[in-house]
Amino acid sequence: MTQKSLLVGPFNRVEGDLEIKLDVSDGRVTAAYANSPLFRGFERILLGKAPTEALTITPRICGICSISQSAAAARALAHAAGAQPSSQGEKVATLLHAVENLADHITHFNLFFMPDFTRPNYEGQAWFDRAVARFTAMKGSGLRQAVEARAELFHIVGLLGGKWPHTLAIQPGGATRAPSQRDKIRIGADLNAFRRYLETDLFGAKLECFVEVKSRDGLDAWTTGDVGLFLEISRDLGLDQLGVGQGRYLSFGAYPSADGVIFRQGIWQDGKLGMFDPAAITEDLSHAWMLGETQHPRSGQTAPDTLMRDEAYSWCKAPRLSGDVFETGALARQIIDGHPLAVDLAKEGSVRARIIGRLLEIARTQIALEALLQEIDPKQSFMEVVNIPQNGEGFGLVEAARGALGHWVRFEKGEITSYQIIAPTTWNFSPRDAQGTPGPVEAALVGAPVAEGEETPISVQHIVRSYDPCMVCTVH
Amino acid sequence: MNILWLQSAGCGGCTMSTLCAESPNVLDLLDGAGISFLWHPSLSIETGAEVRKLLQQVESGEQPLDVLCVEGSIVRGPNGTGKFHILAGTGRSMLDWVQSLAQRANYVVAVGTCATYGGVTSSGENPTDAVGVQYEGSHRGGALPADFTSAGGMPVINIAGCPTHPDWVTETLLLLAAGELTEQSLDGFGRPKFYADHLVHHACPKNEFYEYKASATKLSEIGCMMEHLGCVGTQAVGDCNIRSWNGEGSCTRAGYPCINCTAPEFEEPGHKFTETPKFAGIPVGLPSDMPKAWFMALASLSKAATPHRIGVNATSDRITVPPSLKGPKE
Repeated sequence: MTQKSLLVGPFNRVEGDLEIKLDVSDGRVTAAYANSPLFRGFERILLGKAPTEALTITPRICGICSISQSAAAARALAHAAGAQPSSQGEKVATLLHAVENLADHITHFNLFFMPDFTRPNYEGQAWFDRAVARFTAMKGSGLRQAVEARAELFHIVGLLGGKWPHTLAIQPGGATRAPSQRDKIRIGADLNAFRRYLETDLFGAKLECFVEVKSRDGLDAWTTGDVGLFLEISRDLGLDQLGVGQGRYLSFGAYPSADGVIFRQGIWQDGKLGMFDPAAITEDLSHAWMLGETQHPRSGQTAPDTLMRDEAYSWCKAPRLSGDVFETGALARQIIDGHPLAVDLAKEGSVRARIIGRLLEIARTQIALEALLQEIDPKQSFMEVVNIPQNGEGFGLVEAARGALGHWVRFEKGEITSYQIIAPTTWNFSPRDAQGTPGPVEAALVGAPVAEGEETPISVQHIVRSYDPCMVCTVH
Repeated sequence: MNILWLQSAGCGGCTMSTLCAESPNVLDLLDGAGISFLWHPSLSIETGAEVRKLLQQVESGEQPLDVLCVEGSIVRGPNGTGKFHILAGTGRSMLDWVQSLAQRANYVVAVGTCATYGGVTSSGENPTDAVGVQYEGSHRGGALPADFTSAGGMPVINIAGCPTHPDWVTETLLLLAAGELTEQSLDGFGRPKFYADHLVHHACPKNEFYEYKASATKLSEIGCMMEHLGCVGTQAVGDCNIRSWNGEGSCTRAGYPCINCTAPEFEEPGHKFTETPKFAGIPVGLPSDMPKAWFMALASLSKAATPHRIGVNATSDRITVPPSLKGPKE
């Protein structure tokens, strides 16, 4: 029996800084420890500031989920004020937010995830030359098309949100710019262009055809576009059996509005849907370089352990729901929303399942946005006046590209006294809790094959990147 | 020209913004200018052990380095150790890495306001003791000393902005690769003059409202945001409204104020970002280079002369009174 320990980092093509420690025995990972090695302290930075300043500060937690942070902050402040945003402004906010999520999914697939299949490890595979042509880092034709399609899609954010990232357009009362009829036509043209990219290159077919795939058997029959290439690679490498999760999924519900959500809220465990209870969230600090007790984020605190005690190994807290570990992200959203393909993939819970969850969501989101645009009425008002009280408390729950994002704020005499954030990757890349239960990615890495001489195992890279971690959000 | 790009204590948004470059896309744009990445955290294939080896080779001088780009502020805490950010897999703080690798680079480029001056990461109580690469706020001397110059004879080049415009980054790199960027190309805070000699006010679509001090009173109204809503576009450097963002965007075009994100210490304006501080009802901050007495005189005169159209539109969320049409020529 051979045993060793590997330290994997800097772990790139993820957003932010990530280090993973692996215990390896007889060519398999036996334990994994995910370390978020950067602490910035946004929750402390916000203390003493006026509540509205969160709208400027929190998007800057993350340059890839910036609008998600805006949306969560705006909802938390509206909740504290007991106010509702303008229903039309809410649609603009949804459009901005969903465009960011679409762009993030495209970036992940093309720039972060797929280039690993162009490594020399895979030379000689039937698909290798095609993978190299499409997905060689910084050069592949697929990357170039994706980067261009993404930049053009972001024209929608330029038009309605001024710039990306870090817009201030989403406010508790709605959106700062009222789109005109001409703006609406322009946005429609941008969405059409993006659909053309998706159908020509990514899916190689009508989006509606992919949304019609109802089972894993149906996936086996899909051969077109980059999706077809991914599925071929996946079959060859057994990605449907790699990085299998715990089967517990969480979604806060995507794009909440007065009309409901686009992808519904809930949890999935033991193979069935359940209700999500926001009061059941806790953050455990046992293995984080943080001081204090396990708390609900409403009463949580962020006090870094500057001595970096030995029992802890990450700046990331460990969020739990009713004490359990949950995975969050596009796959979770699509399962909880009840799409039959996603539900079929819930039990698989693999690298493949996470990638397909994201692709399915791209197709469904594009279709949903086209419908949403038709509901935008340029004759209406896009902003309600919301007066933030001197004292208040609220929370905002949204779905970022990578999953469930929550902001919990409390303020007194016009100053923030508590601001706690739980980001999607805080869930997915959480360290162990007081019971020693590993976080989702830590558990999913156990059993991953490690070849002789591998210092940065390729299987570990596929698994970690399948979650699309955003490390800057994780600790914030 | 090769680039080693490190992401320090920031949000990664300046990389994400740079990926929005167009005509051509950022990959073709840099490739066409002979610019390549030794390593970039979001783009390169190399990971883990491969990167550690590369960093060692650069540090030892075995691998020549043309440009070190640093994105994100540099954290010095806790207690001067820099351990709030250990570069993954290396056991060494980013502070230590940047100080070491900067000695090997021909040029050092700080990308974004975190990297240039500390930025949002250094806001509030500055829990991590964050600074910029060569500035601490507006004071020279950050992670690198005030008198640092790289092997190429330049101080740190500060592409400030939160985020940076994609073109500010790519054009700075293109100028460097062409040998056309010198110390004289930078302003007093180390920012490339090609964008820092402009003000956000230039080409702002609210200019006509500004001329008459016809002001928006709340976000979503299309009037000038200087008087009430905290806009400092008349003082902030940047060609945001000349070149626009993500197609046809800019902060003021989208109906929210310029918060001067290209400036040192923008993160602590001393007032709410979307409220103009006033003394005796008059905004405290005045447009750059404008004598106060003249501003006051002109402002009161123009305000009195505000045409009906402009006054009504200023407090509307869209144009409600169109410009008058001239009749047919006699």
